[in-house]
Amino acid sequence: MQQLINGISLGSLYGLVAIGYTMVYGILRLINFAHGDLLMFAAYTAIYGITLFTMPWYVSFTLAIVLTGILGILLDRVAYKPLRDAPRISLLISAIGASFLLENLALVVIGGVPRAFPRPALFDKVIELFGVRIQVLTLYTPVITVLLLLGLLYIVFRTKVGKAMRAASKDFETTRLMGINLDRIISITFLLGSMLAAAGGIMWAMKYPQVNPFMGVFPGLKAFIAAVLGGIGNIAGAVIGGFLLGLGEVLIVALVPELAQYRDALAFVILILVLLFRPTGIMGEPIIEKS
Amino acid sequence: MKGIIHNRILYGATLVLLFAILFLFNRYGTDYQIRILNNMAIFITLAVSYNLINGLCGILHLGPNAFVAIGAYTSTLLTMSPLEKQMNYIITPLMWPLSELHAPFVVSLLAAGAMASLFAFLISFPVFRVRGDYLAIVTLGFGEVVRVLCNALQGITNGPLGLKGLSPYTTLWWSWGVAAVTVYLIARLVDSSYGRAMKAIRDDEIAARAMGIDPFRHLLQAFLISAFFSGVAGGLLAHLITTISPTLFTFFLTFNLLIMIVVGGLGSTTGAIIGAALFTWGGEALRVVESPIGLGFVTIPGIPGMRMVLFSIILMVVILFARRGVMGQNELSWDTLSGWLGRLGLRQKNQ
Repeated sequence: MQQLINGISLGSLYGLVAIGYTMVYGILRLINFAHGDLLMFAAYTAIYGITLFTMPWYVSFTLAIVLTGILGILLDRVAYKPLRDAPRISLLISAIGASFLLENLALVVIGGVPRAFPRPALFDKVIELFGVRIQVLTLYTPVITVLLLLGLLYIVFRTKVGKAMRAASKDFETTRLMGINLDRIISITFLLGSMLAAAGGIMWAMKYPQVNPFMGVFPGLKAFIAAVLGGIGNIAGAVIGGFLLGLGEVLIVALVPELAQYRDALAFVILILVLLFRPTGIMGEPIIEKS
Repeated sequence: MKGIIHNRILYGATLVLLFAILFLFNRYGTDYQIRILNNMAIFITLAVSYNLINGLCGILHLGPNAFVAIGAYTSTLLTMSPLEKQMNYIITPLMWPLSELHAPFVVSLLAAGAMASLFAFLISFPVFRVRGDYLAIVTLGFGEVVRVLCNALQGITNGPLGLKGLSPYTTLWWSWGVAAVTVYLIARLVDSSYGRAMKAIRDDEIAARAMGIDPFRHLLQAFLISAFFSGVAGGLLAHLITTISPTLFTFFLTFNLLIMIVVGGLGSTTGAIIGAALFTWGGEALRVVESPIGLGFVTIPGIPGMRMVLFSIILMVVILFARRGVMGQNELSWDTLSGWLGRLGLRQKNQ
């Protein structure tokens, strides 16, 4: 039971981050390698907001989320926009470069010593549920994820911007011909994805209160795998993939403790299996090769 | 025909010149200079073999660190004497057949390459079922899996403790010899019908298939060859540093190789050589920014880690503004050089 709740909580974090991957991939067909580093940025901004500027946690968190969203737009403008018509391999290399740049910049500016995350008291309580003691945070995480997901689904399926986003992911060129400002749509995509990543990053930092410049790498990779698992390009699929991956990781370690040290490899094994047997993921539509 | 012989003489002369320089350094150079030259040769081997996959075949493979790790561990396990192994494996003893094996350095290097190739063969089936971004992430995954295995399989790799006190077999002759052989063989391969088939796959896989080229076979071939040389380079690296541990073979290594081949020009063997040489030399030259600089009255403290920031920026700038790198997809050869000289002469005549 305890493990199940932990798994769902971890999975919802993967899901939040995976949404950003899936949205960007849906439109640009690009793995945004730097997405994981946005988690790190959000966590550090939140820390500095609380400790350095003594803001209340909710102000600091909101600020961190907004700033990360802006960083996401900036990332697109600097690293990806000049390469829209370039070969895919250049775009990927640029993404890897951006990711390393963010990590090493953080290392230089902030230093490599892990910092503790000041957890607001609200999330620190421990309650008893069904006879197991659980931190409230563990319960809040999935709830927040589902709320954010519903909000996002509303934007994507009920607003004009969302319609344009869906159109762009279907056919880039035609969307442009329809008089839609694609750069704006792509910016909004990055903004939304990065803000969700920021929310995920802050919750991640509260769950594992060790913040260092490379903290985003593994959650980022695993979230990407969750997105593939759920069917890349599909927002609800990303969250489901995240839940499955989180549950799988926690349960395997709980059931077969000897496998604990292989935990980080497990996600990749899942990825390879998915790509071998069902490349479109659980909820994905068949991939049509774009030339 | 005359041109070919002419060229061979020139390349032979280049090689002789290279080894003459090495001889001088070997005799009069400081340890530091020799160390850098060794590093340079190993990185040239790695970059040229990595470029075969990324530049020639045009697939973004992100797991050469796995090949290097496998090569390093294989060759180390063969060159260490049973006694040394007992000293190293304190927590978990080494598995039986490995604990008794002992082989000379040459054999261990060949075995390192063979093991890396074997691993490449095993992973090639899932890897080449996908393309593009998926291939990148799958190979990245295999690189990670190998690192996790290096940490976990304590009976073989000694886990996170790593292996210490290897004999420093790697000399300038070994490292540059291997680099020269690698460059020669890969240049021959690129120039053959196989190399042309690989380029065809890179430029348009569907068209290449229509011309009767089997993408899987050619990609597999490139993958195995690249893995072999990466493995050999791994063995050399291990016996140069004399200490190996899983932290040596992270994605960071792959990132460095990627910088080299991108700066040199994706798809150019000579570009990869230039990139590797520049990277090694630049890495040392840029140590300046990490040490304190005194300006008489103020001292700017050195910033550790600044080099990686600069390298990341260089990579981004090259990929954003000068996507062709130093060489583009061209090769530097005596022919192009004499072509340049000829054009230079012509221009002067016209004036």
